[in-house]
Amino acid sequence: MRSIPFREALREAMSEEMRRDERVFLMGEEVAEYNGAYKVSQGMLAEFGAKRVIDTPIAELGFAAIAVGAAQNGLRPLVEFMTWNFAVLPLDQILNTASKMLAMSGGQIGCPIVFRGPNGSAGQLGAQHSTAFDSLYANIPGLKVVSPSNGYDAKGLLKQCIRYEEDPIVFFESEVMYGDKCEVPEEEYYIPLGKADVKRAGRDVTIVSYNKMMKVALGAAAELEKEGVSAEVIDLRTIRPLDWETILESVKKTNRLVIVEEQWPFASVSSEITYRIQKEGFDYLDAPIRRICSADAPMHYAANLTALAIPDVERTVKLVKEVMYSKK
Amino acid sequence: MQLIRQFELKAEEMYKMAGKIRGFFHAYVGQEAIAAGCMTATTPDDPYITAYRDHGLGLARGISPNAAMAELYGKATGASKGKGGSMHFFSFEHKFFGGHGIVGAQIGTGAGLAFAEKYKGTNNVVLCFFGDGASRQGILHETFNMAMTWKLPVIFICENNHYAMGTSVERTSNVIDIYKLADAYEMPADKVDGMIPENVHESVARAVKRAREGDGPTLLEMKTYRYKGHSISDPQKYRSKEEVDDYKEQDPIQRVLKTISDNKFATPAEIEAIDNKINTLVEASVKFAEESPLPDDSEVYKDVYIDQNYPFIVD
Ligand SMILES: Cc1ncc(C[n+]2csc(CCOP(=O)(O)OP(=O)(O)O)c2C)c(N)n1
Ligand SMILES: [Mg+2]
Repeated sequence: MRSIPFREALREAMSEEMRRDERVFLMGEEVAEYNGAYKVSQGMLAEFGAKRVIDTPIAELGFAAIAVGAAQNGLRPLVEFMTWNFAVLPLDQILNTASKMLAMSGGQIGCPIVFRGPNGSAGQLGAQHSTAFDSLYANIPGLKVVSPSNGYDAKGLLKQCIRYEEDPIVFFESEVMYGDKCEVPEEEYYIPLGKADVKRAGRDVTIVSYNKMMKVALGAAAELEKEGVSAEVIDLRTIRPLDWETILESVKKTNRLVIVEEQWPFASVSSEITYRIQKEGFDYLDAPIRRICSADAPMHYAANLTALAIPDVERTVKLVKEVMYSKK
Repeated sequence: MQLIRQFELKAEEMYKMAGKIRGFFHAYVGQEAIAAGCMTATTPDDPYITAYRDHGLGLARGISPNAAMAELYGKATGASKGKGGSMHFFSFEHKFFGGHGIVGAQIGTGAGLAFAEKYKGTNNVVLCFFGDGASRQGILHETFNMAMTWKLPVIFICENNHYAMGTSVERTSNVIDIYKLADAYEMPADKVDGMIPENVHESVARAVKRAREGDGPTLLEMKTYRYKGHSISDPQKYRSKEEVDDYKEQDPIQRVLKTISDNKFATPAEIEAIDNKINTLVEASVKFAEESPLPDDSEVYKDVYIDQNYPFIVD
């Protein structure tokens, strides 16, 4: 099968859906003439023209609002944020308008829109360019939250969001994954939301993660295997709705659960999973559920402080061993 | 100006060749006349605030080359203890309030600094810098309206270097003359050639005088140019080499050198001595940064709350 970078998988998802449906358009900073700040939309202006691939001024609140209005009035906007850090400005539109339209209007007016862009840290970018927003958005009823870890999933999920989802979606990517290559078939496919994926089967412990932290989870599983520990690794793919049944099925087998995520710990995705699994699977647990999150602090710039702030393989392995009550 | 220029050229080298500096890095090269003209028109008590393109103003305000280079290296001896990096230089001592990464945010924050000066009854004036791209953010309008209504002592300085990343000013609005945005709030405004430090000085001095007399804010649009890409990783396909070269012809440092020699303000030997001194300072800053320690690992949880015993969630 052919192998393409993550950014290309996203581009294919957008382009295929735009070819199919005239109502879909892409809007954002530098998406058209510059071909995307991270080259996700490369070539799309040439194919679709300026009516459908639209450069905006630096005015996130304004252009997100325009897209939210357009979504209510018959179009299906795709909004790219250069990064999700800048989408804090239009949080008002996402939270106070998009997520609530259907409820406030008694089901009359929905808001089928996809907001997408890179999320979380990407090296030493300092405090204001490094926040991972998954759990914050997952807290909002009315939104669906997608956070894929590879190009194959990203393409199928994004196509699903654009074509079939009638609700507002926030879709999280990562600067540091855009170049990652992945096998993606030529044939069209869709991946339904709310389905986690067992990326690696195992017996002894379940590791749950998503987005770029999947690399840490899989890296830890590989290390653990060398020491005779068989870890099952689950990729959430969608944060909301959360596929806790798949996690529970795994925990029924392994009886141990570790969650790896790039979120601040307070009220994070791992907090929610922990609640759900202790409630639904209390009798299956042989050890407390543990998690490794980002440091409970803004990201600092210095190399050592950045490295300490996000989960890594070494600390994940150590945590799993604690959950296994291993001696060494 | 020469110190800013040489410092940044050296820092860029250490980024590209030596990989010692990471993250985003936005050079001020080409825009130095603005820092110089503003400094001579204000006092050390007047607060400054700007965006992520902050090395030039930080140095102008008095952050030492050592502290600046160490910050770029992410070392404990840096201006922000290695916690900010290129985009987040701060120096409370020098009334330099950063160093902000969210485009446009400091327009409002700058007015807030001015609110405090007025509230406290000082005579200080805030210089609040932002780019042409930032001028399209909604916060500009909210802030202009309140700053004008409340007569806050703040000078809004739009450093119009013609581009916001790859987007030219022309592509962002029908209003190409950014200084005209002040009209909507009846705020005094002026268009200034930002490549000429004398012009910068005069326009800022006028605005500062007005603000100190209680007459409130001014918007100054300074036409300038960045010689380097938006950041170190910008391939700059949106502009021609000829355009960049045209602006280099108007180089503010060359202009000042010419003024000095035309008027015999200094001898060539004196200029050379200044250049040598700057070189020594810049080289020393690299050595200083190299030899400085990284922040202690415990710094991850420092400076998040004033409360030293704050119960962080570590598990
Ligand atoms: C709210 C927000 N949106 C987008 C960005 C990404 N970004 C960083 S700098 C920049 C261009 C800003 O241009 P301008 O205001 O002209 O300043 P200059 O870089 O030219 O100094 C953009 C789009 C950001 N940091 N913050
Ligand atoms: Mg600019």
